[in-house]
Amino acid sequence: MEFFHAPNFDWMGKAKYFATLSACLLIIGGVAAFMHGGLHYGIDFKGGAMVIVRFSSAPPISKIRSALDAAGLKNNEVTSSSDISNANSKNDVMIRVEQGGEGEDALNAAKATIVSALEKNFGTPSNSNPDFNSAVATDLANYLTRRDPLSLGTAAGDRYTQMAQALIDARDKDHGGIVADFSQLSNVSGVTPAVIDALKAGYSLNSFSITESQVVGPTVGAQLRRQAILATLYALAGMLIYVAFRFEWIYGAAAVIAVFHDVLITLGFFCLFYNKFEISLTVIAALLTLVGYSMNDTIVIFDRVRENLRLMRRDKLSVIINRSINQTLSRTILTSGLTFLTVFLLFVFGGQVLRSFSFAMVVGVVVGTYSSFGIAAPIVVIWNKWRGQGATVPVASSADKRAERRLAEARR
Amino acid sequence: MNQNLKWKAIFILIVVLICFYGLFGLPTFPTSWSQLVDNFSGRMQLGLDLRGGSHLVLQVQVQEAIGTHCDQTHDELIDQLHKQDITVGEVDRLSNTQILVKNVTPSQTGAFQSLVQDQFPDFSVGPAAGEQSGFLLTMKPTVVSDIEQRTMDQSLDTIRRRISGLGLKEPNVAPTGRGQDEILVELPGEGDPTRAKQVIQAGGQLKFQLVLDDNPYPSEAAALAAHSGVLPPDSQLLPGTSETGDQSGGQVWYLLNRAPIITGADLRDAEPGPNPQQPGFYEVHFSVSTAAAKRFGPFTGSNIGHRMAVVLDNQVQSAPVINGRIDDQGEIEGTFTQDSAKDLSLILNAGALPASIKYIEERTIGPSLGADSIREGVQASVASLIAVWIFLVVYYRLSGINAVVALLLNLIILIAFMAISGATLTLPGIAGVVLTIGMGVDSNVLVFERIREELRNGKANPSAVDIGFDKAFLTIIDTHITTLVSAAFLFLFGTGPVKGFAITLTIGLLANLFTSVYVSRVIFDWHLSRMTREAELSI
Repeated sequence: MEFFHAPNFDWMGKAKYFATLSACLLIIGGVAAFMHGGLHYGIDFKGGAMVIVRFSSAPPISKIRSALDAAGLKNNEVTSSSDISNANSKNDVMIRVEQGGEGEDALNAAKATIVSALEKNFGTPSNSNPDFNSAVATDLANYLTRRDPLSLGTAAGDRYTQMAQALIDARDKDHGGIVADFSQLSNVSGVTPAVIDALKAGYSLNSFSITESQVVGPTVGAQLRRQAILATLYALAGMLIYVAFRFEWIYGAAAVIAVFHDVLITLGFFCLFYNKFEISLTVIAALLTLVGYSMNDTIVIFDRVRENLRLMRRDKLSVIINRSINQTLSRTILTSGLTFLTVFLLFVFGGQVLRSFSFAMVVGVVVGTYSSFGIAAPIVVIWNKWRGQGATVPVASSADKRAERRLAEARR
Repeated sequence: MNQNLKWKAIFILIVVLICFYGLFGLPTFPTSWSQLVDNFSGRMQLGLDLRGGSHLVLQVQVQEAIGTHCDQTHDELIDQLHKQDITVGEVDRLSNTQILVKNVTPSQTGAFQSLVQDQFPDFSVGPAAGEQSGFLLTMKPTVVSDIEQRTMDQSLDTIRRRISGLGLKEPNVAPTGRGQDEILVELPGEGDPTRAKQVIQAGGQLKFQLVLDDNPYPSEAAALAAHSGVLPPDSQLLPGTSETGDQSGGQVWYLLNRAPIITGADLRDAEPGPNPQQPGFYEVHFSVSTAAAKRFGPFTGSNIGHRMAVVLDNQVQSAPVINGRIDDQGEIEGTFTQDSAKDLSLILNAGALPASIKYIEERTIGPSLGADSIREGVQASVASLIAVWIFLVVYYRLSGINAVVALLLNLIILIAFMAISGATLTLPGIAGVVLTIGMGVDSNVLVFERIREELRNGKANPSAVDIGFDKAFLTIIDTHITTLVSAAFLFLFGTGPVKGFAITLTIGLLANLFTSVYVSRVIFDWHLSRMTREAELSI
């Protein structure tokens, strides 16, 4: 099977269109970012407190807001955080408090206040029993052993430990972490009505449970931010130097410019499609992956250019580059197609935690593939044309010179 | 099959066997299916972001410990100067590491300097700028770093003991490696870290001190007034709650002897028990070490009728009247619940923290979200891998199977290496795996496309394969080294998650070089050795 047989497109002749397309994408991204109020750092990089709460029924967002206001958390933000692919998350709510500039202690206190405000308003006030939805297996096992609903006597510890784990697992895996009624647990193996009664007697059921929380101090946030930026810049510089060493410096510069182009466009797409987009550690991981992918794709084409420079010594650089892109086209389509398929499946089915990562990759694979022939290659052509006009030096890469020497040696 | 090929195949087989052993064979060689599954799940360490749990970063206030040392030196210095009759002006503790002594009597400067050099070797002494006959004592940098190191070691130790007392599964307490004074605490499966946080943060400094004035004062001012403005020497005012039992929770102040009779370090064991006086409440019973009992017995014996304060973290917990000689047993009364009594005994048993701590980062993923993300993540990854494989086989026919084998082996090596080295798979790690798969597919495609090209140019099968691999190899090396260079920088300069990405990516790419170049070549050679020269290569 074969998609392309000896394709012969004039890629470099279309450089103007590519430049226009890239400019459009960058402008769209820029406008989206502007409409979005600029790029924001997430809690990871800025500091703040965040709690994601899962409710057993549709979440009363305005009531949560007023409960938080009453608890003195003025700077709060309450939004739905449900995810399409996860049916369990349809009633998830994200609560966030930003304590601009204030220390870790204030943030820790803010998180505790969120939890206690929720308990006060959505807990079960008349019942002082602990909440089953936030219970841990060890406590539950202790309770069951003490109460001994199956009348197993003293040697029943193991049995109840297993049962407690099974109950907690059923809660977390089958019911998405929140049980609305104890009878939902009656089909757990080994659980009899007596056990359910024991649970009813010893536990209450809050209508919410906390699925995720984060508190990051402002100093840590700044430190993480600085390190992530530095690491990324060093990595880019490292790639630039390696590519410049293997090819010519303009190739390294072109590849890095293309990668920047991809990152900017991807960030623009984030702003366009996410109504609340923030740069978090996950987004950084995604951007790094996309940088790696885009770089890989560009180098494959450059490598072919280097090889062709040796074989087609009379041709113009733009012809050589056209030919190189055409020769690798089949590979490019195949690789990016398959990678796209992978990240697209991750995007659709990979769940909430992987969502923003796979979104960046879905955009990044397309843009990263495009930028290799649409940005990186034209930059090399234009640079050489400009240099050629200025100094009338024939186009010859250092790789080309090396090849020449080798040829000369071979002839001897 | 020729000899060379045979050895290569054996080498590959050995690598595969080592990987399988690393994944399934440890810690005990499995003899049943369930053991095998256990080994595998024990080996694969998932990060807290995937399986749920709490991730806490706390900062040890090491400056406090340095300050304490400076305080002690300050007090001792005044003591020693007094004993040796050296007359000086003020002795000021300027900072955590500096003590200024003003106006040393000129005839005694020699005696003063030798006293400091002999008795306080932790400090260097020199003339103070702008002070005539004044001296500045500065803590030596080696001593400062010593204290910092010791404080961190002790804090790590204490926190480890406290956490292990909580009975959580597989807790991890380690330095973060980010800041010198930061400790990482990971509690897998823990959806609500509130209790653990309290237990970790409690100071745990227990002291028994003699109460000087039997009746507590309602305020600090009242205590001062009773002593006409100056507290007696070696005494200390500390707050506590009123013991009259009213629910107002009024704060009162106790005047205590500064020197403790025994401290938390003298305890041998502490455990919770019901409070016989107040049913429903709990207290903490303790026993003291034999050495401390020798001090404690005579002391309580000679102070019958006086009050003795139980001071926890500079807060008077209770101040019972000593009714008789106590040798090595006692209790800390108070209105504890069963849980808080249990936690206090745990803290006392684990020992005090040398300095206070502050939480600077907390991330908790609930177990339900963790379970969701593992299930969905694995399902999606498996689905996408299968889709890629099917496509490769359809597109490249028999050679596609070769690519499938190479990719599968790449993943096996990657996972096995992570399992053997004990690395943790986190979300950014998955990002690294995705990039590895992408580049793995690319390597195979590069090779195959090159071979196709050479075949189109009319080359015979063996030389097409040969040239295809050679030419693609250059490209593969370039792409891989570029990415490895960037991974190295990310590893060196990145923090936790970024590092995780770099690690999986590095292992994955090295494995990929092995599988897509070496293994894949061996399979091609083996296939070529079995077919006739004229037959068409299935690619």
